[in-house]
Amino acid sequence: MSDPILVFCEQRDGRLKKVALEALGEASRLGAQSDRAVLAVVIGSDIAALAGELASHGASRVLIAEDAGLTYYSAETYTAILAEAAAHLQPVVILMGATAMGKDLAPKLAARLKTALAQDCVALRMETDGSLLATRPIYGGKLRAVVKAATPMMQVMTLRPNVFPALEAGPNHDVPVERLAIKADPTRPRAVVREVRAAAGGKVELTEAGIIVSGGRGLKGPENFKLVEELAAALDAAVGASRAVVDAGWKPHAYQVGLTGKTVSPLLYIACGISGAIQHQAGMSSARTIVAINSNPNAPIFKLATYGVVGDLFELVPLLTEEVKKLKAAR
Amino acid sequence: MKIVVLVKQVPATESKLSLAAGGTDIDRAGLTFVVNPYDEFAVEEALQIKERLGTGEITVLSLRPHAAQKPEEALRTCLAMGADKAVLVSDAAFEGGDGFTTALVLAAAVRRLPYDLLLCGKQAVDDDGAAVGIQVAELLGIPHVAVVNKLELHPEARRAVAHRQIEGGIEVVEAPLPVLITCQKGLNEPRYPSLPGIMKAKQKPLEVWTRETIGLDAETVGAAGARLHTLRLEPPPPRSPGRIIQGDPPMAVKELVRLLHEEAKVL
Ligand SMILES: Cc1cc2nc3c(=O)[nH]c(=O)nc-3n(C[C@H](O)[C@H](O)[C@H](O)COP(=O)(O)OP(=O)(O)OC[C@H]3O[C@@H](n4cnc5c(N)ncnc54)[C@H](O)[C@@H]3O)c2cc1C
Ligand SMILES: Nc1ncnc2c1ncn2[C@@H]1O[C@H](COP(=O)(O)O)[C@@H](O)[C@H]1O
Repeated sequence: MSDPILVFCEQRDGRLKKVALEALGEASRLGAQSDRAVLAVVIGSDIAALAGELASHGASRVLIAEDAGLTYYSAETYTAILAEAAAHLQPVVILMGATAMGKDLAPKLAARLKTALAQDCVALRMETDGSLLATRPIYGGKLRAVVKAATPMMQVMTLRPNVFPALEAGPNHDVPVERLAIKADPTRPRAVVREVRAAAGGKVELTEAGIIVSGGRGLKGPENFKLVEELAAALDAAVGASRAVVDAGWKPHAYQVGLTGKTVSPLLYIACGISGAIQHQAGMSSARTIVAINSNPNAPIFKLATYGVVGDLFELVPLLTEEVKKLKAAR
Repeated sequence: MKIVVLVKQVPATESKLSLAAGGTDIDRAGLTFVVNPYDEFAVEEALQIKERLGTGEITVLSLRPHAAQKPEEALRTCLAMGADKAVLVSDAAFEGGDGFTTALVLAAAVRRLPYDLLLCGKQAVDDDGAAVGIQVAELLGIPHVAVVNKLELHPEARRAVAHRQIEGGIEVVEAPLPVLITCQKGLNEPRYPSLPGIMKAKQKPLEVWTRETIGLDAETVGAAGARLHTLRLEPPPPRSPGRIIQGDPPMAVKELVRLLHEEAKVL
């Protein structure tokens, strides 16, 4: 067997992130092509129960770093654990989700290992020597770069959520589960998470959502945002916003989609009263299906939209909410 | 409080981009360059900290990303906003580097400066790497907090408390100084350089450091040291041409839901 593929599988509060399973899925596909084992590493407290889920989604071996002191994320501790595991396991690549945690951990780990890093990849292809050709959006999605590590060893890559399919959960089968030794360093970590505060607002996180309904300045005022929220509720979707709306104080920055907000790639993105400025597109142009509702037929969002409806959102959005409810009720 | 701010000069976000010969880089001819938007938050935060404490020194530090760029202009903009001095690191040997070599060079430059706090952007909007700041901290052996939208400093205790944006909430992180913070939108509202500020900036020191100044071997930096190579740049896959759904609103919406259900299969 060739050098393995290591996947850092992020969990929070004992629940695996969806993108962790997506990364495992991609690792399994690459591993099958090149005869490599897929090693899943999970770090946290009270997480032993996750091994089965990881095995049924493609892990051929599960490595657990579990400690009561690991309840909160720490870049320093997680880097130390993964660098140690990597030195020992010699993976050809280390994959993880491009989440707040993954994007924070991957650069530190790559710098520690002095290896190549590619953030936010949307496609991977493995060559025979184990080099990965990684495709990643740059310039706010205006271009894509195809990149390759100078040396195909311990390349660190983060994968954009919602892009790589997870494997269908297979039948439960036993895979080896091992515990990683955690070497306590009394002087570290120096940066310590004191508290995690849940944000008020949308129940579904934007970057993980399958469907997003976003509102822009076309909504005219914060009180009308409920139109967008009602449609989102009917669709079980997350709520997003343009920067114009965030700058006006109608919604906090956590809702902002775009260059200086979040990058999302849902299956469906519905833009209501958003003109579709290039900086907004930077955050959403990789959505699979885009719907635009806008009264101005020349709005740039229509250039991007799979389906566009030209008209008054105050009329169209409530109608859409009703139609969606009817469709759901019929099932 | 001595603060070093890492500032990258990038093409303005509304730029129309085309590829240079060879297809591994953009054509920079005719582009307008600006201070990376996230780095503006970093500069503004440094200014506000200095104003609050009534004392301090702010150095803005930039590595020339490409021979055709003039980051001196970005640094002058930061000086005009109120930074005290600027350092440009520039050397032909740095050409063709990646995020890692960028971090290596910047870390070597920072080592020559006194600092209690390092500030940088969450991400440069050209390479979208979201890595250099974090890697600088790792190479310097100091902690970092990334994607910060609120920062509290306790200079006497030499500690910082930062709010970092995560999915569905924030992490409240406490760290000792010196620490590196990567700045996210929401941290502050960057000021525009004032006219007197622009005049004053012309008199402020802007030093240029080369590879020799910072003492790095040529084979560790630039294309020679890069861990990641760009094979090619390409346009994003074309979106299949969209469709405007006609008809009066109730009909159009019915048709839209049918298409989402039957054709796009997303409902
Ligand atoms: C450095 C930089 C970073 C930026 N980052 C971001 C970012 O991260 N995210 C972002 O979104 N923007 C960003 N912007 C701002 C961006 O350029 C636009 O200004 C912003 O996206 C506009 O928001 P909007 O579409 O809601 O508003 P507008 O552009 O004002 O558009 C409102 C739209 O609503 C339509 N409308 C009005 N009334 C109705 C109605 N009754 N029914 C239907 N439609 C209606 C109008 O036709 C119009 O198209 C950035 C800009 C810069 C310079
Ligand atoms: N060439 C550079 N000169 C100075 N700072 C830089 C440079 N490249 C990156 N940075 C800093 O690192 C941050 C993240 O950059 P990146 O990892 O390229 O997305 C930027 O916002 C800057 O603060």
